[in-house]
Amino acid sequence: MFLRGAGVTLYISIIGTILGAIIGLIIGTIRTIPLSENPVKRILIKIVNIILTVYVEVFRGTPMIVQAMVIYYGSLMLFNINMDKMFAGIFIVSINTGAYTSEIVRGGIISIDRGQFEAAHALGMNHVKTMLYVVLPQVVRNILPAMGNEFVINIKDSSVLNVISVSELFFQTSSITGNVFRFFEPFLIACIVYLIMTLTVTRILRFIEKKMDGPENFNVIPGNQMQVTRPEDIAKKTGQTGY
Amino acid sequence: MDKIIEVRHLSKWFGANEILSDINFSVNKGEVVCIIGSSGSGKSTLLRCINLLEKPTGGEIIYNGKSVLDNKHDVYAYRTKLGMVFQQFNLFNNHNVLSNCTIAQMKVLNRSKDEAEKTAMKFLKVVGMDQFINAKPRQLSGGMKQRVAIARALSMEPDVLLFDEPTSALDPEMVGEVLNVMKDLAKSGLTMLVVTHEMGFAREVADRVVFMDQGVITEEGTPEEIFNNPKQERTREFLRRILRDSKTE
Ligand SMILES: Nc1ncnc2c1ncn2[C@@H]1O[C@H](COP(=O)(O)OP(=O)(O)OP(=O)(O)O)[C@@H](O)[C@H]1O
Ligand SMILES: [Mg+2]
Repeated sequence: MFLRGAGVTLYISIIGTILGAIIGLIIGTIRTIPLSENPVKRILIKIVNIILTVYVEVFRGTPMIVQAMVIYYGSLMLFNINMDKMFAGIFIVSINTGAYTSEIVRGGIISIDRGQFEAAHALGMNHVKTMLYVVLPQVVRNILPAMGNEFVINIKDSSVLNVISVSELFFQTSSITGNVFRFFEPFLIACIVYLIMTLTVTRILRFIEKKMDGPENFNVIPGNQMQVTRPEDIAKKTGQTGY
Repeated sequence: MDKIIEVRHLSKWFGANEILSDINFSVNKGEVVCIIGSSGSGKSTLLRCINLLEKPTGGEIIYNGKSVLDNKHDVYAYRTKLGMVFQQFNLFNNHNVLSNCTIAQMKVLNRSKDEAEKTAMKFLKVVGMDQFINAKPRQLSGGMKQRVAIARALSMEPDVLLFDEPTSALDPEMVGEVLNVMKDLAKSGLTMLVVTHEMGFAREVADRVVFMDQGVITEEGTPEEIFNNPKQERTREFLRRILRDSKTE
């Protein structure tokens, strides 16, 4: 039962963190779009920005345990939707992570040197291409430690989902205590299982960070001696003669 | 002669400050034009207005006979025709040398990977960096970075190359390698517009030299005219100062 609970906890935190990261990347990117000259677009961007700011502030400013209750029972009462518990759990963790990550991403984008944007623009890339091929890959690398942190927090904080009876590790442990009439031992075991999960995740992320940085050294391609080029060669190569 | 770029009555305000006022000049096909002038005179701003990294406040920029400030004008396509080399190199940190030179070819010009790599290798050879295609920017010296940045700009096969003080951020011993590449390019017939503090380069390579002071072009002519017989007192004063500084270095 511990293992089943741990599995559910990991499942919810992995999916929640990944979806949250995607939400955060998208929102962070939208919130850094430069204001357009075009008045219609300008107003549109401003409205979207206000909505996103409200989203971020609401989810960062309230406890997840309360959000879980409001969303789960609220959708049941107001819209008569009986959410699948697992779905509700992943949904809550994702949008919560998304709110935090979007701020991390926004900070990450702002901290990228302006020269990177300008070089991309000077080569004819628009905002989306600049983001996709130049800025976001650097942002993702830079925010990986922060995302690892979010992941660890999600592993621990998904325990609050027991209030809507998602069968994650804390919920399973509670059920066990009800069967065996002991509290200390089951929760001590749960504690160890949580610790194993968080430690493993941190190690794996370290490894991924190293991988992304690539090797310390590069290979010089032998054979092509550094050649002194004569203008005639360049003329041939660039095809720029004959003006 | 064919004018590639023509700037007419260009002005640029930042807030309440007029940084460029009534700039008129043009660049002809195959020509090397050097812009000189003291710090803060608006040289970079002029270059950045030309490829629309800054939006001009007034005036016109004509590229191959078409106004680029027209709303219908495709800014992105236009920028692929003007290569830009920055003082701070601005190589993409997440790409190695080769993909710095291929990414825009593939994603903007829609060239295939093979074609983009062939073109990139051609120009990396021109700048003598074809041995280092696997290196990341952080593993290169300043001079090497700038040569890669030049190859990256050339890989788009632009009509004009704009340089904004390409050697000002370099250690003195690396200035030569970059200037030599630029000299070779100039001799090959590439059209170049170069902002520089390297008076030796301007004198030797430029077809025309433009002198800027406090946001206006005060004098323009052949290197001969500007360096040997400057008409304006301000030009003389600037040249005296810069030549004295370069002697004391
Ligand atoms: N984005 C900006 N906002 C406000 N003022 C600016 C901006 N960019 C440049 N300026 C001002 O415009 C003036 C001209 O700057 P510019 O960088 O074009 O000069 P420059 O001739 O290239 O000088 P340098 O030789 O130091 O590079 C400076 O006084 C600068 O402070
Ligand atoms: Mg400048």
